[in-house]
Amino acid sequence: MTSFALPRGLDRPRIADALQRYGVYAAVLALLVFNGVFTDHFLTTDNLRTQLVQVAPVVIVALGMALVIGTEGVDLSVGSTMALSGALLPLYLGYGLLPALLVALLAGVVVGLVNGSLVSLVGLQPIVATLALFVGGRGLALVIADGQLKQIENTDLLSLGTDSVLGIPVVVLIAGVLAAMVAGLVQRTTFGRQLVAVGGNRKAAALAGLPVRRVLIGVYVICGVLAALAGVLATARLTASDPSSLGNLMELSAITAVVVGGTPLTGGSVRVLGTVFGALLMQLLHATLVTHDLHDSTAQMVQAGIILVAVYVARERRAR
Amino acid sequence: MAPPQASAAQSAPPGPDGPQDPAAPPAPVLEAVGVSKRFPGVVALDDVSFTLRAGEIHALVGENGAGKSTLIKILTGVHRPDEGELRLGGEAVSFHRPHEAQQAGISTIYQEVNLVPLMSVARNIFLGREPKTRLGLVDFRRMHRETAELLGGFGITTDPRRPLHTLGIGTQQMVALARAVSVRARVVVMDEPTSSLEPREVETLFRVIGELHGRGISLVYVSHRMDELYRICDRVTVLRDGRLVHTGDLRDTDRVRLVSMMLGRELARVRKEAAEGHDDGRTPAAEPVLTATGLSRRHLLDGVALDLRPGEVLGLGGLLGSGRTETAKALAGALPLDGGDIEVGGRRLRRISSAAAIRAGISLLPEDRKAEGIIPGLSVRENIVLAALPRLSRFGFVSRRRQDRVVDIFVKRLRIKAASPEQKVGELSGGNQQKVLLARWLCLEPRVLLLDEPTRGIDVGAKAEVQTLIEELAAEGLAVLLISSELEELVEGADRIVVLRAGTVAGELTGGDVTEGALLTVLAETAPDAVPPQGGPEADAAPEPGAADVPDEAAAPGAGDVPEPPDAAAAPELRKEEDPR
Repeated sequence: MTSFALPRGLDRPRIADALQRYGVYAAVLALLVFNGVFTDHFLTTDNLRTQLVQVAPVVIVALGMALVIGTEGVDLSVGSTMALSGALLPLYLGYGLLPALLVALLAGVVVGLVNGSLVSLVGLQPIVATLALFVGGRGLALVIADGQLKQIENTDLLSLGTDSVLGIPVVVLIAGVLAAMVAGLVQRTTFGRQLVAVGGNRKAAALAGLPVRRVLIGVYVICGVLAALAGVLATARLTASDPSSLGNLMELSAITAVVVGGTPLTGGSVRVLGTVFGALLMQLLHATLVTHDLHDSTAQMVQAGIILVAVYVARERRAR
Repeated sequence: MAPPQASAAQSAPPGPDGPQDPAAPPAPVLEAVGVSKRFPGVVALDDVSFTLRAGEIHALVGENGAGKSTLIKILTGVHRPDEGELRLGGEAVSFHRPHEAQQAGISTIYQEVNLVPLMSVARNIFLGREPKTRLGLVDFRRMHRETAELLGGFGITTDPRRPLHTLGIGTQQMVALARAVSVRARVVVMDEPTSSLEPREVETLFRVIGELHGRGISLVYVSHRMDELYRICDRVTVLRDGRLVHTGDLRDTDRVRLVSMMLGRELARVRKEAAEGHDDGRTPAAEPVLTATGLSRRHLLDGVALDLRPGEVLGLGGLLGSGRTETAKALAGALPLDGGDIEVGGRRLRRISSAAAIRAGISLLPEDRKAEGIIPGLSVRENIVLAALPRLSRFGFVSRRRQDRVVDIFVKRLRIKAASPEQKVGELSGGNQQKVLLARWLCLEPRVLLLDEPTRGIDVGAKAEVQTLIEELAAEGLAVLLISSELEELVEGADRIVVLRAGTVAGELTGGDVTEGALLTVLAETAPDAVPPQGGPEADAAPEPGAADVPDEAAAPGAGDVPEPPDAAAAPELRKEEDPR
């Protein structure tokens, strides 16, 4: 497999292994250093704050996506779920923030239940099962909102998008706490370990008496709830509920963050911190290229390149 | 599968019609000279030399972890040696990838057939070098004709248009072999080719091997089965712990010596211990811990009934496809049933599911370790505690300390050889993987342990350890159900044997009747009356009707041994069972 001589212990699979493990962190660090040297006003509190606030919804959605991908699945409906929760919000804001928030999150639960049941009980391929709500969810959101953009005037909700605690925006705090919770879920809980086992070898997990169906449904529900929450936060930041564009292409950003973060698409492993950094990397990369006057489309092509590298590295590592 | 016939066949290794030319100069075809290979943390091969002579069948043996796989991978271009060199026909070569080795005439047949299941037989054989018409399109007519000729040369008559996956594994392997030959291989490396074959398929394989031998092709043959080695191989190379232990004519090396070289210890003692262990009488309790009645499932099981007592090892005998694995799966709740009752400790299982069975204390060690057992990406620790997770958790959180304690106990008790409990299970040898799976079940403290082929594909040393462990577990009061294709293992390990045929209980051996002879008799008795009504009409549905002539040919060198009739006669019936799935 190696076409050129390398020192012993440094063959390609090992490099690939290290790249998949630590590549994201190194890349984020490199970008920060690069910008510190070459970009004016990049490493300022204001700019970093902006970057973090912008990336927070992606991180939240990507956390759920990482869990789903860990079970060898994928959830295409996350963007539509965001739109759905965004569309439901203004309808119930009259009762106060909390009831509206609960309704929005409940929508995420329902979406997750449908996805999870299609995957685990009906036995559909995840990509097909979630495609249904990818299409239908946004349609439903548009019906609910009557196809209209609605201004948000509830100050409680708006403050979710703008307030800070100790200088850290609430949105970022929420994303951080959720990341820690998901990491704990994967590493420490029975559910988390069962999730990884189901992703690693479903047949074996079933024979070992694991509640495979329950785990799968649970994973899609978590993913749905996280997406719904991201929809609420994004709506708060936009100060408007816009079901036609909210969460557009979010599924792809989330999958990108997960893959770039080193979680293999073949399941059996979930890398939470990697996912967070994967989202950060794509955000910073985009910001860097845009501040250097490169067009948005160029930024997209560079991002595509990064995804290819990530997937190639994962493949190379598996080829061992 | 059929140990006793080996002694007779031993004298005529390559088959009756293979032209043997012992006088020919033994020119080396493929040589590995002073080859070493290191992987992080292990020396897989240490200064090993290996010579494959023209036209010989060379057995490569050793325990798991001895370095066989690494040597094969070096010979076939998957790995490159750190030191030493490869010589092909006397000239130094260096393969950068498997493809280059193939082009140089070295073909490999793996345990798992690596062809494209959905493509036709012909497409598989001509994959990557399809004959073209003048228009540059694939010339299917020629492809099919040549495939039929090629396979016919091996006595296999199957439709070249059939998708490969509709054939039995044995026939698929023949196709892989035919492909190897048609790419003008000089050397064919076979890695445990018979491990998933039925006895009759093994016969066909050996006939094809004889055929290849006759064409002057050299073979490297890796197998754990002594009978096969002595039957077909000329020379043998023994590896142990990455070092070369012995190379020589197989005829000059008797079995005990060969096995003891592989193990690096006195075999006689192992045997004796095992025998003694078997004889010191356990006294199974009178009351069964598990009673199953009327287990039925369309096409698979038809009213199987059995009971298991604490402290006994119940053997489950029968030919391939008789419903042994299905019975075990049914008991473990892993096979949905049309009917039947399972009682554990006097309590009837109401909902039959894996989880319910496990809760009732039934654990199943599945037959297919890779597909149904290990989770390769997870560590040894996580694989062991997998089923016990809820017991090691409080409020949904897993206690690392409790895990470590359990893992530590079982790694020591089962002597699991791993760099650390955090090593990925996929990196362990087959024997150690099996021990990890045993540990997974034992840490649940089951009352009933179902073992489906617990020693398949693991090395001799681990095999003896697992067998001893089974004895110990039974002595501790566990009820064990043992399934094995090896008569010897079944007879030595079991206190009682229930024999299955076509999904029903065909007989039971107890006490002094638990002998290989008695078992064979039951198998032989039951087989013939099942064949005539089923065998005839759908001959074209059988994967390889051409192989029906095997018994006659095979009987010639084998001089009509006792075990031959049951195997051969039962085979058509078994095939029929397998086909519809």
